[in-house]
Amino acid sequence: MRKKKGYFGRFGGMFVPETLVPFLEELEKAYLLVKSDKKFKEEYGYYLKEYAGRPTPLYFADRLTKKLGGANIFLKREDLLHTGAHKINNTIGQILLARKMGKTRIIAETGAGQHGVAVATVSAKFGMECVVYMGEEDIRRQALNVYKMRLLGADVVPVKSGAKTLKDAINETLRDWVTNVKNTFYILGSTVGPYPYPMIVRDFQSVIGREAKSQIKRIRNNNSLILIACVGGGSNSLGLFYPFLKDKNIKIFGVEGGGMGVNSDKHSATIIKGNIGILHGSKSLVLQDSDGQIKIPHSISAGLDYSGSGPEHCYLKETGRVTYVSATDKEALRAFHILTEIEGIIPALESSHAVAYALKIAPKYSKNTNIIINLSGRGDKDIDIVAEAEEQKI
Amino acid sequence: MNRITKLFRDVKKNKRKVFIPFMTAGYPDLESTVKLISALEKGGADLIEIGIPFSDPIADGPAIQASSVKALENGVTLKWIFKTVHKIRENVKIPLIFFSYLNPIMKYGLEKFFRDLKKADVDGVLIPDLPPEEAEEIKTFAEKYDIATIFFVAPTTSNKRMRFIETISDDFVYCVSVTGTTGTREKLFSKTKPYLMKIRSILKKPYVVGFGISTAEDVKKISEISDGVVVGSAIIKFIEKYKDSKLLSKKLENYIRKLKKPIK
Ligand SMILES: Cc1ncc(COP(=O)(O)O)c(C=O)c1O
Repeated sequence: MRKKKGYFGRFGGMFVPETLVPFLEELEKAYLLVKSDKKFKEEYGYYLKEYAGRPTPLYFADRLTKKLGGANIFLKREDLLHTGAHKINNTIGQILLARKMGKTRIIAETGAGQHGVAVATVSAKFGMECVVYMGEEDIRRQALNVYKMRLLGADVVPVKSGAKTLKDAINETLRDWVTNVKNTFYILGSTVGPYPYPMIVRDFQSVIGREAKSQIKRIRNNNSLILIACVGGGSNSLGLFYPFLKDKNIKIFGVEGGGMGVNSDKHSATIIKGNIGILHGSKSLVLQDSDGQIKIPHSISAGLDYSGSGPEHCYLKETGRVTYVSATDKEALRAFHILTEIEGIIPALESSHAVAYALKIAPKYSKNTNIIINLSGRGDKDIDIVAEAEEQKI
Repeated sequence: MNRITKLFRDVKKNKRKVFIPFMTAGYPDLESTVKLISALEKGGADLIEIGIPFSDPIADGPAIQASSVKALENGVTLKWIFKTVHKIRENVKIPLIFFSYLNPIMKYGLEKFFRDLKKADVDGVLIPDLPPEEAEEIKTFAEKYDIATIFFVAPTTSNKRMRFIETISDDFVYCVSVTGTTGTREKLFSKTKPYLMKIRSILKKPYVVGFGISTAEDVKKISEISDGVVVGSAIIKFIEKYKDSKLLSKKLENYIRKLKKPIK
């Protein structure tokens, strides 16, 4: 079969209204040009280092390792980046691209608010008008980030449709985009959406994996390696995984939001439980009912609370290269506390899902195995949610 | 011959314009769909677009979004819609087109969808999130069951691309009036005129204009530089306003007649 442009196996593509197609083609062209442009790479590298704070440490979590008594656990400290999560890697790249394309207005969706904050931040930094769409439910859950975005000068627009979370925020951003496409650049926050976004976001996030690869080489050479990251739309995970995919000896796990359990109907384990469909511009695994209506997902973590998934992840599931698992709300909360108490690192609830899975498997391995957990973000934004959840004793 | 082909032949021969109303299936309630579609025909529709509700309609503005939400709450499914179209076809003779996002179609099963369109005597489909580049498989089934697939051009579409889209759109082309979602707009004509003038010099196939058209005045002016118009959100708003009236279908029929009057 002919390999179709913008596809990962049978997933991906570009399923958008005609109005957007010419822009996406322009975006692809512009991106492929800058991708091999030395000056662009230098500029991007400069902001990653001097503005965002890269490289991030690959930190050996010795007390956690000791407590679990199995594999050595390393944390890729994306939580230490400016704005508190990996999202900034992508937003710097995309805003430089927007500037190159002559766009003056930035729009974005946000779930947890981490991507929104990262977009508002670079918009402030590069002097661009910025509008962020956010579901009303997420605005409630992530009040601190909303306040930050507004301080940064972004217009945060509450989205009242559907479940009032990430999926609905993306719908509304797409509607703005289809209206204002001539001067507006959509900074998409994850490896989702129509081609070329899944590729662009993956490439900008791959800095995580490239750094981790050289860092782990320096630490221990002969140990076998396991990678673990949480999967919402899939950007922090693919960013870590991508540079390692070719090495088949490395085991890779993507952890989805298990909510109240993947066999309940309250979870966001899209790759594990979804089936093929079209959502937000690409063909991927989607949580939907038997009539093709998109289901409302659930996760304690706003950043994982999404009914769609990245097309490349779907492909990696199908080829078996990556194993997709889940952690429940409860397991994530427990991991949140353990990491906080033992290592003095408060993880984002999204990242806590990755930690939760590591807690489960690390004891099964020996000192001859290294585990890298992508600590995609810090937990400051989640303190209220944790407090609220625990009062209700879930 | 397909009803749509026949319609546009007649349009050409008699130098007339087409009027295409849009209505969401199952809105405002399940019971009235058959009657309302029939009212659209009686009011003078030349072709009807039946909207298939979807949970995430990214190309739609507030009015059609709200009608989809309501229709889904009413329990509308594709299966129900097919059953209902059989009833509609007992008296409605003009061409019918389904306006549907791709996901419900995929879930239903592509081949089964087109086979059932044929069985229900529906003439075409219009899929707002399906650009021609992704349409190969759909086209294969559509051709197998003799269903027209209509594609869009937009103000952002290049001339070259317009010519390409024209070649794969059956019978006519759907021109999106302005960049944006469905929904009524002020001063639409002045915004869309330069683009429609350009299209006139490029497209050889008939083309209709939709998105934002809400008054008889829009209908008049826009059809002067096109082969016809599509009216959606304005109709949904009208139904919303009179949904509790016992005379809804009569009122709708008169409303359609009034909108169409300038091109009668
Ligand atoms: C800290 C953090 N981790 C992970 C995610 C999930 O997104 P992705 O799967 O794209 O990394 C988010 C999303 O908001 C986040 O804020």
